[in-house]
Amino acid sequence: MSDFHPNAKGGFIENTLEGLHFAIERALYAEVSASRTGLLQRLDPRVKVAGLFAMVVSVALATKLWSIAAIFVLAVALVAVSSVPVRAVASRTWIGAFVFSGAIALPALFLTPGTPLYGLPITLQGVRTGSFLVMRAETAATLMLVLAYTTPWTHILKALRIFRVPVVFVVILGMTCRYILLMLDTAHQMFESRKSRTVNRMSPAENRRLAIASSGVLLHKTLQMSDEVYLAMQARGFHGEVYVLDDFAMQARDWFALAAFAALAAASILVGR
Amino acid sequence: MHIPDGYLSPATCAVAYAASVPFWRVALKRVKKAMNSRQVPLLSLFAALSFVIMMFNLPLPGGTTGHATGIGLATVVIGPWAAMLAVSVALVVQALFFGDGGVTAIGANCFNMAIAGALVAYLIYRLVAGRSPLASPRRVVAAGVAGYVAINFSALLAAVEFGIQPLLYKDAAGAPLYCPYPLSIAIPAMMIGHLTIAGLAELAVSAGVVAFLQRSDLSLLRATAGNVRESEEARPQGAPRSLRPLWLGLATLCVLTPLGILAAGSAWGEWMASDYANSAARHQITSASFNAAVPQHAPQGLARLSSVWTAPFARYAPPYIRGAAFGYLLSAMFGVGLIVAGFLVLGSFTRSAMRAGPDSA
Repeated sequence: MSDFHPNAKGGFIENTLEGLHFAIERALYAEVSASRTGLLQRLDPRVKVAGLFAMVVSVALATKLWSIAAIFVLAVALVAVSSVPVRAVASRTWIGAFVFSGAIALPALFLTPGTPLYGLPITLQGVRTGSFLVMRAETAATLMLVLAYTTPWTHILKALRIFRVPVVFVVILGMTCRYILLMLDTAHQMFESRKSRTVNRMSPAENRRLAIASSGVLLHKTLQMSDEVYLAMQARGFHGEVYVLDDFAMQARDWFALAAFAALAAASILVGR
Repeated sequence: MHIPDGYLSPATCAVAYAASVPFWRVALKRVKKAMNSRQVPLLSLFAALSFVIMMFNLPLPGGTTGHATGIGLATVVIGPWAAMLAVSVALVVQALFFGDGGVTAIGANCFNMAIAGALVAYLIYRLVAGRSPLASPRRVVAAGVAGYVAINFSALLAAVEFGIQPLLYKDAAGAPLYCPYPLSIAIPAMMIGHLTIAGLAELAVSAGVVAFLQRSDLSLLRATAGNVRESEEARPQGAPRSLRPLWLGLATLCVLTPLGILAAGSAWGEWMASDYANSAARHQITSASFNAAVPQHAPQGLARLSSVWTAPFARYAPPYIRGAAFGYLLSAMFGVGLIVAGFLVLGSFTRSAMRAGPDSA
């Protein structure tokens, strides 16, 4: 989430490889997790998208800490009943969100004007505002992780049509997801081959040149691949019109889940205000 | 820069979505019109490229590393409208699947980075690059400046969005409900990191890749280059370069001359004979001369010679002009006019001498 890492360990190639590896691993883990047999995996993707988005909005609207905490507990329960290991959520989301939002919220404890707390240089208002920030970020991130780990990505994108997202945009999003994996893999191979040829540690200037040249080469590969993909699309009869195969079908349990999500979101909005 | 969920109020997020939708619609329309169906895979792959570039921890001077968003690069290669779509798609994918940036904040993140970033980058790139040839170093500088300014503008927008939250939303106990920091903290906190680290990363990637493309595939820079002067050789041999930029620069300097009024005191060594009799002026001379003692009276030579010539625009303030700023401006125009007229006369002499040269030879 942060834009810079002042204390990055290792060399540029190692850090970049680690980042690329993490992204690929996360994407693959989501695919595996979405194919498990849990409660949420069995629901219609449109219900999950609408229901979990509504929960995220209710988290944003809440003005009481306990109502956000209640939604967080619910999100953890959803994780548990969806065959997603809680440890995986903790390591992938909770720690990162806590460290990032915690670092941002920390000065607010001292800087927010208000009633001093137990004679300490922090204020009650500062603690409350910091808690709002961290709990909202944690809860929303958990809800979105539940969605990403219980639904194939292509289904999530297809389900975005319920928000009247244009078909072209959905298709571009779908293709982007497909090619992100390919580009990550290409970049991973480029850096791995470079690492295998590098004997000594490279200077920052050499690393910069490598990063820029790699971006340029990836740009070339992108454009080349774009032409190839376009020709392949044309060969399959693409004329500029895009269609999404809408094969979702609502069943009784989906309607029940939709009603449950709507009731929970409405209740948390009403009670949490 | 990727704003997570919970930092902005729902109302701010809704406004950001509403502000982004018209740009997305126009961008989709323009992209469809410009390159029809070929644009679909191009946008997807550029979004994927932007996503991957965001993962490069670029080493920066000072031992830190920074991420670039690729907005400057995307704008230079595929234009602002396609770039805003490609980077928006990358941001949506990051928010939905990688937890980088919030779902409720997608509108704000896209508006700050993809929409405003692309438009600012394009404006700066075209402004700085001008009509320079595609292989010109000026285009490298233009791309770097475009990336740097765009990312900082995006950061400023994000900082303003953060900074207005505590003014608008507090609970009953007075605790801010969303981002707790006012504008006075949010703006410097965001801008220090972006002006120094993230901005440099964007500058390096934008400028570096444009320099790379100049050597590997120049045609990729043509789409956004506008009306380009093909090459320096295209200019007829011996034909004079356009003097328009010089005249514009000169006019700007003339307009800026009243800034001299802001300077306190007078320049060291440019004192008048009357200054020696003025106590305030004597104090200034002393302090500007490392407290060296000032003579009681003006030096005799100075007093004698200062009355030889009285300038019509003494101290850049003609006596018949009331406004000091206007006096400065008038003096600048008069001075520049005199110099230009002098050179015109000199030029006409030189030309006639050159014409006479071959005949007399």
